[in-house]
Amino acid sequence: MEMLPISFEKAMLMSMALPLITAGLVKLFGNKPNLRETITLTGATATFLSVLILLEAVLNNNGPSYTFGALIPGLDLKLQVEPLGMLFALIASFLWIITTVYAIGYMRGNKESNQTRFFICFALAICFTLGIAFAANLLTLFVFYELLTLSTYPLVAHAGTEKAKRGARIYLSILLTTSIAFFLPAIIWTYHMAGTTDFALGGIFPAETGHLALGILLILFCFGVGKAALMPFHRWLPSAMVAPTPVSALLHAVAVVKAGVFTILKIMVFVFGADLLTELPARDIMLYVAGASILLSSLIAMAQDNLKARLAYSTISQLGYVTLGALLAIDVATIGSTMHIAMHAFGKITLFFCAGAVYVAAKKTEISDMRGLGKAMPFTMFAFFIGSLSIIGLPPTGGTWSKWYLMLGSLDTGHLILMGVLMVSSLLNIAYLLPIPMRAFFGKEAEASKAKLKEAPWPMLLAMGVTVTGCIALFLFPQPLFELASMLTMEGKVNG
Amino acid sequence: MMNLLLDDLPALQVMLPLLCAPLCFILRIKGLPWLIAFVTSILTFAVSFMLFNQVADGDILSYAMGGWAPPWGIEYRVDRLNSFFMLLISGIGVVALLFARKSVDSEIIACKQSIFYSAFMLCLAGLLGILITGDAFNVFVFLEISALSSYVLISFGQDRRALTATFQYLIMGTIGATMILIGLGFMYMMTGTLNMADLATRLPEVMNTNTIRTAFAFIVIGASIKLALFPLHIWLPNAYSYAPSVVTVFLAATSTKVALYVLLRFVFTVFGAEFAFGEMPLQHILMFMAVLAVLTGSLCAVFQTNIKHVLAYSSIGQIGYMVIGVALLTTTGLAAGILHVFNHAIMKACLFLAIGCVYYRHGSARIEDFKGIGKTMPWTMAAFVIGGLGLIGMPLTVGFISKWYLVIAAMEQGAIGAITISIILIGSLLAVAYVWRIVEVAYFNEPTKEKAQIKEAPLALLIPTWIMALATIYFGIKTDFSVIAATNAATTLMGAK
Repeated sequence: MEMLPISFEKAMLMSMALPLITAGLVKLFGNKPNLRETITLTGATATFLSVLILLEAVLNNNGPSYTFGALIPGLDLKLQVEPLGMLFALIASFLWIITTVYAIGYMRGNKESNQTRFFICFALAICFTLGIAFAANLLTLFVFYELLTLSTYPLVAHAGTEKAKRGARIYLSILLTTSIAFFLPAIIWTYHMAGTTDFALGGIFPAETGHLALGILLILFCFGVGKAALMPFHRWLPSAMVAPTPVSALLHAVAVVKAGVFTILKIMVFVFGADLLTELPARDIMLYVAGASILLSSLIAMAQDNLKARLAYSTISQLGYVTLGALLAIDVATIGSTMHIAMHAFGKITLFFCAGAVYVAAKKTEISDMRGLGKAMPFTMFAFFIGSLSIIGLPPTGGTWSKWYLMLGSLDTGHLILMGVLMVSSLLNIAYLLPIPMRAFFGKEAEASKAKLKEAPWPMLLAMGVTVTGCIALFLFPQPLFELASMLTMEGKVNG
Repeated sequence: MMNLLLDDLPALQVMLPLLCAPLCFILRIKGLPWLIAFVTSILTFAVSFMLFNQVADGDILSYAMGGWAPPWGIEYRVDRLNSFFMLLISGIGVVALLFARKSVDSEIIACKQSIFYSAFMLCLAGLLGILITGDAFNVFVFLEISALSSYVLISFGQDRRALTATFQYLIMGTIGATMILIGLGFMYMMTGTLNMADLATRLPEVMNTNTIRTAFAFIVIGASIKLALFPLHIWLPNAYSYAPSVVTVFLAATSTKVALYVLLRFVFTVFGAEFAFGEMPLQHILMFMAVLAVLTGSLCAVFQTNIKHVLAYSSIGQIGYMVIGVALLTTTGLAAGILHVFNHAIMKACLFLAIGCVYYRHGSARIEDFKGIGKTMPWTMAAFVIGGLGLIGMPLTVGFISKWYLVIAAMEQGAIGAITISIILIGSLLAVAYVWRIVEVAYFNEPTKEKAQIKEAPLALLIPTWIMALATIYFGIKTDFSVIAATNAATTLMGAK
């Protein structure tokens, strides 16, 4: 503590203020692209560092908290850092740096318009994501959850074409509909029954609360958190793919969707609590909904020829894993879910980076056109291969660990069907992901346009390099991640 | 001297704007009528503020007009309910007048401006009079003052359809006022008094007569017309749409709210909740109409092409929310309804002010005019978005707070509550549809060639707009003032009888 120039509390507030300041400065220097991008990069790095400072406090079970004041008399707008939020914040803020590097290459390489608005909304989205990660109660979480939806809307509609606007409309309407129609009443109902919305490890409901009501509440939460893209409320995610690829990469593979499953996980661990959850019959229903979501979206993914659409459906399926693990409500599954947030983040962002690189370098979006692309873009396609391995859950990538724990979890709870779902899904993952790099390397080129093709601009390759390294590093050194995740399970280890 | 003035605050509340009206009319020097009106509105606001503080602890301030003791003379009676409404109305008056100078200059020819401002002041005086008076007949008198002056105000609209809109409003308004008058007549016949407090004590003896039941029905329907409660709302959309911008702002944020107050006052204070909801089936009727109001109002708003129409229909839906709160018939429900009166006034004012800015530059407010406006008029549009988010009920805006309390209040009701909650939320989703349609056009469509040159609205218009936009956020974050005031008002009302 003495080593640090600032207190943990300040670091936490800084980490949320820095993206805001960045957004302001980007607006101010919008007409000087080089300065603007330097600001974003600096802001992103500083944000990550201030999040990193918090890690020490969290490992010592001493996560800082801060109260902004009462939003509604008796209900505070309040932050509190705990291990799960810490992990999510670390991933989001670290990948913001990488994505910024990537975005510079992408936006310039693609000569996109309205780049200033793009970078502003991006920074705001990160600020709100951190708000979700650090929220100390459901109300605070909801506030940032809605802000995140709003701040990402301009990013989805970025192109301004009829198609982009339609996509953004679906995006906004599904996310707002689920949050207004299910999530908000669920929060108010929780408040009504428990008298508080503050997160507490092990749950907040008084023992005498009726199980029917809690079951309905559970269903409301699961579908209400639309960002977790549980079927049938998943349509927004493929629609969001009209956004520029950096947005799909960071927001719709990491920040926004992870905010969804993070919220689900947080609610299961800190609002319901494992003991209560296992008693609810509605939990079993939702388990199978999640299982169905995993399989169905994998199947749909196979039928997609557009690369980003295929990745989007793959994301829906992978989000189902986290929801599933959260609902299983035993330690090993919770750890698996938590780790999967990180593993999938690195894997999927790599895949999206590759998709964007292919688009910038070769202007190709359809998988069938990518045959033989491996010769012109070997690095990109290799990165795609590693990313795919991580999504499938094969060594030497991080995805192996989280899948392992999730499978253990379903085995331990006796849900053999769900175990089967996970295994079938892995097979499906192989079927829809691996052929892409395989055909790129070993397939014959479709057209004779090979002359001009080369790799994407170097910032994009650099970004891919980092995330690929991340995928492998998470396989070799999963220990810190595991420790952070297991703090959620051992009683008394987390304060609050 | 100062003490004397302080004792007479209740009288000043109405007298200030009332006396300033002829002054505006006589002193026809360019710019002077506005100045008089503006300064008076600030003073009126100050009076409201002082009155609000005086009764904040739950005291009731009774003022005998002209020294004639009630129940013979006219009594002005200030409590926590009407002082909250007066604070709101006079506050909106200040902001509207701040906006008026530029906006009126561009929409109303100079020689008629003095008439405009005197009508405006009469309207303000009328609305405040309705709120403050403790005399039932006096309510009718002020109702007519505010109504007649608002007919004049609406007819100032540039569009010729303003005249038919005024006429429609005049017919409906007169029917409403007449119904109230007939109701009052019946009550006077049976009790021989017109003082509200006196009525409240004398009515129970004669409660079981058909005359009083009829009086009750007349008054409720009369107030509902003024309130524009579905299906008595048909006068509202056109009246709002074709009136001058500043009139729309003022009326949208005040007149229906005052009508709701009339309804509350008669139902709860004069007749008493026991009679109104126990013997008469008012709860079911109100709830049913309110639910329909939310659904039809919001649904109609989705399909309008004139943005003023969108907001007008949205108002009809939002009035439904307020009445839902009332019809829940609990202190929390009532508090939620009153809170929404306050919150809705703020965000609707913000939205109509933003529309006023657009109208100032474009001369109309159709959805085509909004193409690319996010670029040409960024500040106006940002304020519009804030107000729109309020209507949707996004967190950190006033709309969220209203929704939260309405849902909480409904949740206490069990099964009926569940239906109510779903209606509230469906209304909120429809709001997404009608607000976002505009936002999308504004930010993701390119402006047409001739409109690309249009500049941002002048500062004189932006300042009042942003005052309301910031208020939309401020009262969405610092909620203790509005929540406590609304809860106090509701307790006063429920405890009244």
